[in-house]
Amino acid sequence: MDGSQAVYNTLKQSEINFVVSLPCVNLDNIMKMVEADEDIIHVPVTREEEGFGICAGAFMGGKKPAILMQNSGLGNSVNALASLFELYKLPVLMIISHRGTEGEFMSAQIPMGNATPKVLDALQIPYFNPKTPDEALKLIPKAWKIAEKNGTPVGILLSIKFW
Amino acid sequence: MERIDTIRKISDELTNELVVCNIGFPSRELHHLKDSSTHFYMLGSMGLASSIGLGIAMSTKRKVVIFDGDGSILMNLGSLVTIFNQNPDNLILIVLDNECYGSTGSQCSYASTVNLGRVAEAVGFKNNFFFDGNEKELKFKEVLKSCGPVFVHVKVKPGNANVPVIPLEALDIKDRFMDEIKKIETNIA
Ligand SMILES: Cc1ncc(C[n+]2csc(CCOP(=O)(O)OP(=O)(O)O)c2C)c(N)n1
Ligand SMILES: [Mg+2]
Repeated sequence: MDGSQAVYNTLKQSEINFVVSLPCVNLDNIMKMVEADEDIIHVPVTREEEGFGICAGAFMGGKKPAILMQNSGLGNSVNALASLFELYKLPVLMIISHRGTEGEFMSAQIPMGNATPKVLDALQIPYFNPKTPDEALKLIPKAWKIAEKNGTPVGILLSIKFW
Repeated sequence: MERIDTIRKISDELTNELVVCNIGFPSRELHHLKDSSTHFYMLGSMGLASSIGLGIAMSTKRKVVIFDGDGSILMNLGSLVTIFNQNPDNLILIVLDNECYGSTGSQCSYASTVNLGRVAEAVGFKNNFFFDGNEKELKFKEVLKSCGPVFVHVKVKPGNANVPVIPLEALDIKDRFMDEIKKIETNIA
């Protein structure tokens, strides 16, 4: 199974039914699968921070929310993660294309790529690094369980080699 | 019109609508006027009231009323674009425009030179209201009757009412608000 299919399958298994997204080349296939799925509300957003606000509202309205984003978008969202998600203990599944990792061809991706795990650590957001589709199948449902149980965002960092 | 009087006049017309209220003094003023389980007081995350309101509107059948501010909508203008495209018929976005960052000491915002109502129109919003701050002109019943998404631009005076900090914990605000949503959603089903 390819990486995109594995991630999509775990979204379904976890009963995620509300997804906001902002593209990364590596997320293109998952975005198409989510868009085609009639049981998932898909909301493309203009900025990831906005997406987190929408996910917070969707959760309070009874949905199970996830965000598809590039790790750069984590930098755009730090205050929302602290002053909204941590403050009110809100869950969200963050499917993150982690650029700037081994095999990156664009130097512009390196600084935020290096900062990403540290930013998550600083925010005390748990995260997993599935290396293969099989690992994703195991780790993503577990991540969503933690998110729901503890009322916290949980990150899934998908490095370049994952795809 | 003072901001608190505008909030009072509007909230007097509300019954079981869900309300998302902007950070700082607007939330304190609303809480002081009337507290309700239908209120979500946004204590942090400046700029995200309209986005939180959109997420709620897309997940429930209830009408959602957002009290936003000029400075806050300027921080998240993209939200107008997303709301317009998602087209929720149950969303009313009110911008309480005092042309300043009222909660932090009324420093000027660019809303004094940029007309936020015209920005919403340019984005594509069809149902727009403008109230110039004259109390008699503010007819919110008409707003409640229109089909969303509705953009309501209200000019208010700078300054904050002398009201205390909200004595509720964030988690209590959330739990109470979610219980309120569940209660009525279950009734519909
Ligand atoms: C990201 C961020 N920047 C700045 C602040 C400080 N701050 C809190 S409320 C506020 C003013 C908001 O202005 P507006 O939305 O116009 O509302 P008003 O108080 O004028 O009604 C500011 C700047 C903050 N809390 N978060
Ligand atoms: Mg203001």
